[in-house]
Amino acid sequence: MFKKRHVLSMREFSREEIDSVLDMAQTLEPYARGKRSDMLAGKILALLFFEPSTRTRMSFETAMKRLGGGVINLGPAEGSSISKGESLADTVRVIGGYADALVIRHPKEGSARLASEFSPVPVLNAGDGAGHHPTQTLLDLYTIKKEQGRIDDLEIALVGDLKYGRTVHSLAYALSLYGADVTLVSPPTLRMPESIRTDLSGKGTRVREVCDLGKVVNNVDVLYMTRIQRERFPDPQEYNKVARSYRLTPQFLAGARKNLIIMHPLPRVDEISPDVDGTPHARYFQQSFYGVTVRMALLKMLIGGGA
Amino acid sequence: MTTLTTAAAKTEAIEKSSIDAKIDAKDDKDEPRELRVKPIKSGTVIDHIAGGQALNVLKILGIAGTTDATVSVVMNVESSKLGKKDIVKVEDRELLEDEVNRIALIAPAASINIIRDYMVIDKHIVDLPSEIVGVVRCQNPNCISNTTEPIKSRMLVKAKNPVLLRCIFCEQPLTDRIAEYLI
Repeated sequence: MFKKRHVLSMREFSREEIDSVLDMAQTLEPYARGKRSDMLAGKILALLFFEPSTRTRMSFETAMKRLGGGVINLGPAEGSSISKGESLADTVRVIGGYADALVIRHPKEGSARLASEFSPVPVLNAGDGAGHHPTQTLLDLYTIKKEQGRIDDLEIALVGDLKYGRTVHSLAYALSLYGADVTLVSPPTLRMPESIRTDLSGKGTRVREVCDLGKVVNNVDVLYMTRIQRERFPDPQEYNKVARSYRLTPQFLAGARKNLIIMHPLPRVDEISPDVDGTPHARYFQQSFYGVTVRMALLKMLIGGGA
Repeated sequence: MTTLTTAAAKTEAIEKSSIDAKIDAKDDKDEPRELRVKPIKSGTVIDHIAGGQALNVLKILGIAGTTDATVSVVMNVESSKLGKKDIVKVEDRELLEDEVNRIALIAPAASINIIRDYMVIDKHIVDLPSEIVGVVRCQNPNCISNTTEPIKSRMLVKAKNPVLLRCIFCEQPLTDRIAEYLI
C-alpha cells in the first residue's frame, strides 16, 4: 500500500491508510524508546530543509537512526547549489540519486508536490509554506488514539489561529474521516477558512464555531491549542487582548472532563501557561515524542522491507 | 482584418438566409435579427459566450491585437438562454477541440460551430477537460508554480458550471476572476 509512494498531503490518505500507519507506529514504539533495530540498515534519508526547523528535522533524523539507517543533510543554503540559483527540481533530482527517500521543508506552497514529480525516490512533505504538514497530522492522530484509546466520536476543540495554521487545517480534515465532533475556537479575524469548514460539513462532521475558550473547555475530550502570531495583528493592543483571552491556565481546567487531553504542535510561546504542564491533562511533550514513532512507521512502510 | 461589432452597432447588414441566422435562430428564437453579423464562409463561430467575455475568449485562443486573422466580435446581444451573450467568429481557422475546450473556463455554456462553405459541419458545446495545463496561473503568489521552476501551471477541474479549479501544486481553489489569471 505504501511502497514507494509520496507523503504530501492528508487529503491523499484514506482512513484505512491512516489506521495502517498508526498501527505500524504502535508496533515500532519500543524502538523509538531505544530498543535496537536495523530495519533500515543501509538506507539513506536526505533532509532538505530550506527553512529553519528543530523538532521536525531532528525527529526525522532520530526516526531514521533508531531504525539503523543513515541521514544526509542539505545544510545551510549559503554556499550550496541553491545559492547558485539551482532549481528545486534539479536539486531533488540530484539528491534523489543519493538517498532512498527525501524529506523536504520549503517556504513555497506546492513545493513538495513539485519535488515528488522530479524525485526518483519517495518524498515526505515536512511543511510547504502555509500548505501541508502531513506527518504532524499523523502524529497528532496517533497521540489522540494512544491517549484516548480511540479517535472516533470524540469531542475535539481546535483553538487559536485557525486561519493561517496549516496544522489545524490538515487535522480538521483528518478528523472528519473519524466522525469527530469539532469545535473551532478562534478570534473572529482568525476563523477557519470557509472552504475548509464547508469541506468538513460536507463530510458529515459536526462543526461549531465559538470565540470564548472558557465555554468550551468543560465539554471536550481534546483541546488542541495553537499559537496566535503577533504579526497577524496590525494593532499590538488588539493582539495582547486576544492573546490573553486564549492563554490556557489551570483555572480554565477546574471543571474539565477527567479524560481531557491538551495538545499543542509546539513551540508554544505563552498560549499554555507552564502551570498546566504538571496537570494530568497535558500531553504536548508526549505528542512531540510520538513524532519519532510515527515518522519511523512512515519510513519503514515507504522504504523498509515488508508492510 | 479584425472587425468589432457591438450591440450599439445594430444596423450592421445581415443576409436573410445566412448560416449564422440558422445558428442563432435555432438557439435564440426571440433574438432580434438586426443584431447579427455577416456570415462567414469558413472558420469557427463561438456562440453563447457569457456577455462581456468575448475579449477573454480571444485571449484564450491566442488572438492578440496584432493578429492577421479575420475576427468578428459581437458583444452583449440579447439571449433567451443567457440574458446577454457574446459571439466570436474566426474566419479560415477551424479551432481544435483542445483549444475550444479552454473557452469553457470563462464561458461554460459556449457552443462551437465549425463552418465550411457557409455550412455548419460540426457543432458542439464546450466541455472542460479534467485538467488544464499552462492556461491559468495559480492565484496564490506563494505557490511554487509562480516561480522559475521548470513546470507549467496545472489546474484540476473540480466543477464545470460555475467553474471551480484547484491548483495541483498548492491546492488553492480558483473560481472567481479566472479571466484575470489567464496566461
